[in-house]
Amino acid sequence: MSSTDTADPTADAAEAAAEAEAEALLDGARSALGEALVGSHIAAGELWLRVDCESWATLARWLRDEEGFTFFSFLSAIDWMPSPHGRDMDSTVDNVLDPPEAKEAPPTETGVAGGDTRFQLLARVSDVASGRSLNAKADLPTDDLRAPSWVPTYPGADWHEREAWEMFGIDFDGHPGLRHIYLPGEFEGHPLRKDYPLLARRVKPWPGLVDVELMPEADGEGGTP
Amino acid sequence: MTVTERQQLSYIAARAADARVNLEIETEGMTLNIGPQHPATHGTLRIVAKLDGEQVVSAEPVMGYMHRGYEKLAEVRTYPQVTTLINRIDWLGSFANEVPFILAAERLMEVEAPPRAQWIRTILFELSRIANITLFLGDMAVQVGAITPVFFAFRDREHVLNQIEAATGGRFHPNFDRIGGLKDDLPAGWVAETRQAMRKIRRFCDEIEELVEGNEIFQARTRGIGVIPPDVGLSYGLSGANIRASGVDWDVRRDSPCGLVHDQVDWKVWTHPDGDSFARFWVRLQETREATKIVDQLLDAIPSGPIMAKVPVIIKVPAGEAYVETENPLGVMGYYVVSKGDLHPFRVKIRSASFSNVSITPWLLKGVYVPDIITILGSLYFILGDIDR
Repeated sequence: MSSTDTADPTADAAEAAAEAEAEALLDGARSALGEALVGSHIAAGELWLRVDCESWATLARWLRDEEGFTFFSFLSAIDWMPSPHGRDMDSTVDNVLDPPEAKEAPPTETGVAGGDTRFQLLARVSDVASGRSLNAKADLPTDDLRAPSWVPTYPGADWHEREAWEMFGIDFDGHPGLRHIYLPGEFEGHPLRKDYPLLARRVKPWPGLVDVELMPEADGEGGTP
Repeated sequence: MTVTERQQLSYIAARAADARVNLEIETEGMTLNIGPQHPATHGTLRIVAKLDGEQVVSAEPVMGYMHRGYEKLAEVRTYPQVTTLINRIDWLGSFANEVPFILAAERLMEVEAPPRAQWIRTILFELSRIANITLFLGDMAVQVGAITPVFFAFRDREHVLNQIEAATGGRFHPNFDRIGGLKDDLPAGWVAETRQAMRKIRRFCDEIEELVEGNEIFQARTRGIGVIPPDVGLSYGLSGANIRASGVDWDVRRDSPCGLVHDQVDWKVWTHPDGDSFARFWVRLQETREATKIVDQLLDAIPSGPIMAKVPVIIKVPAGEAYVETENPLGVMGYYVVSKGDLHPFRVKIRSASFSNVSITPWLLKGVYVPDIITILGSLYFILGDIDR
């Protein structure tokens, strides 16, 4: 098929159009949100917006009512703190592949569109009519993990916020009832936080090389894992 | 302790009043527990339904019986190891789970799979869709009391699973997709056999159409039941056939293709205006036929060439964030991958279709009758692994 050879110019044009669309959306966000918009990023035709935490619900309303992002994709959070457990739970094979100098804890770095605090909300909405999508972020104050709920705007955020509450310990103001969704009611801790150890690895170390049988080779000289 | 006559009389009067209320005026509310082990739940989902007579006052799904914590586990595995985990999210269409994750990693690495790999990926992607939805088509009839179609479904799904097994080595968990291409090339004779399997699936679709779709009982149990308006469905994040059955003409395969070659073939996105259980069944039936056509056309034009791009042996993904979503059998599935330039992903957010699809049930089940709970759940079509992850 020659189609993939000819795909490059059209793909470039489509990407340029997507970039232009993202730029236009960013301009719209700048005028609509003003000071609340604290960061943005465009990559591969996709737009990331970072707003301050108080404007999190305002952003949702603007996205749905003014820009037509009617499809709620997901809502979650990111814990940007590097794991304090370092690489001590890695298997032997990881240590061989990745030399030990990478082992000291790296400084906290946040991803695209920036970030100031440890916890960051992450959500995505789409406009099914035009095929546009947008990623939204908001930094959460470290001392008070609390954000306005998206449920009044997107009812589908209900379970996603329950999950974020359970996994990261983030409170959502205006949520109809934050309670456990996956874990049992008496569960303590927030498993997706980086400082929460992966208990399965604590109980039984990752076997890595140990459980890999060596492949027999024709010359009988052992083999490679 | 002695009871005075007066106390005794008041007690009897109170009981009599209670009995009268229950007998003459209204019934007491009742809580019905459906699941965790019910055929309609495809796993272990529990629905706690508060009933007034035969009508549901409120229904609350309870999940977590199968939560495996893949988002946490992915953080301590290397990128190639993650595909083993995510195979088990939607276990009926496993290969389709791998594709968006691999595409997200490829986007971060700025690697593109060679055309042949993209082609075979798309074929396997559609084969997993057929294997998955075939079972739904038979299973939906079970929800209304017809047992036979599900045996037809198991029988004919086998033809597709055999093809997936012949190509990948795994019936249910292929673990075949690699960053930069595929593990292996197709075996000899695979194309002709797959074409034959597609013919069998089309015949299966015709059978289901005659057996189930036109059936009076099936229509009575599904038409006008569990109607989802498009705007409500979208705000709950419904995707896939569930939202197309509400008349929303949106398919990621066509509207925002990424890495797969659906744009190279001629096919149609089916929608239904009704939004009820029947529409969801009908759209899936058409989609299965359409998928066989996609596969047939792709088989005609598999380009030759390598199946792996040049990627390092030890895969370190450059720092960055990428989200890739594809139109999986159950709906839109996506992975938000955060990398810090390490062997392991820093964070993987799995956007699975069923989680959002089922989140509408408290809204949808309000006011329906008890037997309709089962057909509505069946028509929403979820896989527990896709809810609990």
